[in-house]
Amino acid sequence: MAFSDTLDTSKKATALRNSARRKRSQAQFIRWLLLFAGGIAMIMPIVFMLSTSFKYPFEVYNLNLIPEEPTIENYTYVLEDGRFFGWFTNSLFIATITTICNVLFDSLVGYVLCKYTFPGRYIIFIAILSTLMIPTEMLVIPWYLMSSAFGWLDTYWGIMFPGLMTAFGTFLMKQFFETVPDDFLEAARIDGLNELQIWWTVAMPLVRPALAALAIFVFLGNWTAFIWPLIVTNSQEMYTLPVGLTTFSVEAQVEWELIMTGAAISTIPTLIVFLVFQRYIIRGVVMAGLKG
Amino acid sequence: MGIYKRLSISQKQIVWAWGLLAIPIVFYVVVRFYPTANAILLSFQEWNLLGSRNWTGFDNYVKLFSDPTFWKVFGNTFLYLILGTPSSLLLAFVIAFHLDKLRFMHGTIRALYFLPFMTSAVAMAWVWRWFYQPVPIGVFNNTLATFGIPQIPFLNSTTFALPSILAPAIWAGLGFQVIIFMAGLRAIPQTYYEAARIDGISAWETLTEITIPLLKPTIVFLVVFSSIGFLRIFDQVFNMTTNDPGGPLNSTKPLVLMIYDTAFNSFDMGYAAAQTVVLFTVLLVVSLLQLRVMRDK
Repeated sequence: MAFSDTLDTSKKATALRNSARRKRSQAQFIRWLLLFAGGIAMIMPIVFMLSTSFKYPFEVYNLNLIPEEPTIENYTYVLEDGRFFGWFTNSLFIATITTICNVLFDSLVGYVLCKYTFPGRYIIFIAILSTLMIPTEMLVIPWYLMSSAFGWLDTYWGIMFPGLMTAFGTFLMKQFFETVPDDFLEAARIDGLNELQIWWTVAMPLVRPALAALAIFVFLGNWTAFIWPLIVTNSQEMYTLPVGLTTFSVEAQVEWELIMTGAAISTIPTLIVFLVFQRYIIRGVVMAGLKG
Repeated sequence: MGIYKRLSISQKQIVWAWGLLAIPIVFYVVVRFYPTANAILLSFQEWNLLGSRNWTGFDNYVKLFSDPTFWKVFGNTFLYLILGTPSSLLLAFVIAFHLDKLRFMHGTIRALYFLPFMTSAVAMAWVWRWFYQPVPIGVFNNTLATFGIPQIPFLNSTTFALPSILAPAIWAGLGFQVIIFMAGLRAIPQTYYEAARIDGISAWETLTEITIPLLKPTIVFLVVFSSIGFLRIFDQVFNMTTNDPGGPLNSTKPLVLMIYDTAFNSFDMGYAAAQTVVLFTVLLVVSLLQLRVMRDK
């Protein structure tokens, strides 16, 4: 009697546990479904942009995602226009040079501020950090005046010079150099390396993930930068991709398939970069976000 | 070289430090500090780029604060902030909270949410602008029409235009916030949750008593970061209202667009500089206020 009783309760407990588990897995499934649907909704603008760029004008107002008659005519039209190629290479050049400069200078300044003791270190650190509070929009007018005085308007240098170093990058790199043990640097010093060699061959390789994070942020920022290139460029040959896209879209007016093609051309490179380096990019964003 | 060799180690360090910092210091002085001073100086002057810079005292500020357009623009700028920051943070938190509990296809779903962050604001402004067009062009109104719901005049209405422009800005930034929230959630030690389970604390109480308080540094960072972003909104507005910048009837015009117009269409440099000083002050006050309020809580 007593024995069957315990058997009964243990059976009940198993049943209860099973139903709880089923409920939990049901909840988990609903959670998955909603998040997945939300994720699909998130990429819909990008999907629509890509799909429309492969459509003929007559199909543009259909909501179907896969064109009935796919065409690359929009791309040939946009590329034959010729300007997009120039804007693309301008943006690529500017974003690449700026990224290299930031990676070098921000890490150098961050390294010096982190690893050297010298009078004025604290003041310089605070001074650089304080520039984080100054918005770009406050500086565009003086930058414009400076560029026009020195003849930098409508040049690559004019577009690039304000972003060659950033306080954000310097601060980020300083944080990461804190993790490099001083003993390593001291050992290199005893081995007879000079200070520049120590920075480049000993310290830099140890903060490679941070450098990657910085590079991603700077490149993306410059690839999509709009207000300063809009101000500093006059001739269409000097436009960057976002500025060119604005001009092109205003001209195209209601030809949305062409506008979507232009938008796709300026978006596809960063999307490819993301799909290839997804893991590193997300880790980099977290690093930059939490430490920067 | 002889002098360098005679220096002590710490003296050599000083020489190296200042040597390596020389170029960056010049850069920060010339490209950051001097322009900042110049902008402030210019805000007390009158200049149309051609003549001479004339000292006018506080005239630009007086003119600005008595300009009804400025107050309209000022209100819009705060509307972007007040609508944008809470809604994007709430959305991002809900997504991150649930996504954190998922294992199946976790990486893929995370990537879907993050993808818009990699797009350019200008390109996406045009995509969204297309979405907002009336029937038969725009995706949204076409969808509404299929279900027999009345049309929404998204960008053509003074009430709907501002939220319509804000939507792509929230959309693009959401993935970043989700990623940061998830990193914050991961950083909370599991032992807290185990203790809560043993004490029989409800899921809601676990959320409000453990998760949110421990996420505070993350929340503070995201609030300040996204607020600064919304207060500086420009790319979306400029590209979605090219036929009437900041329109209809200035209902979407943010401060940065007003600055751009004043400086590079009217060439009223002193007046524009005064507006940038106001923007700077607003950003400073809002971030300091948020830091103060959130730290105290």
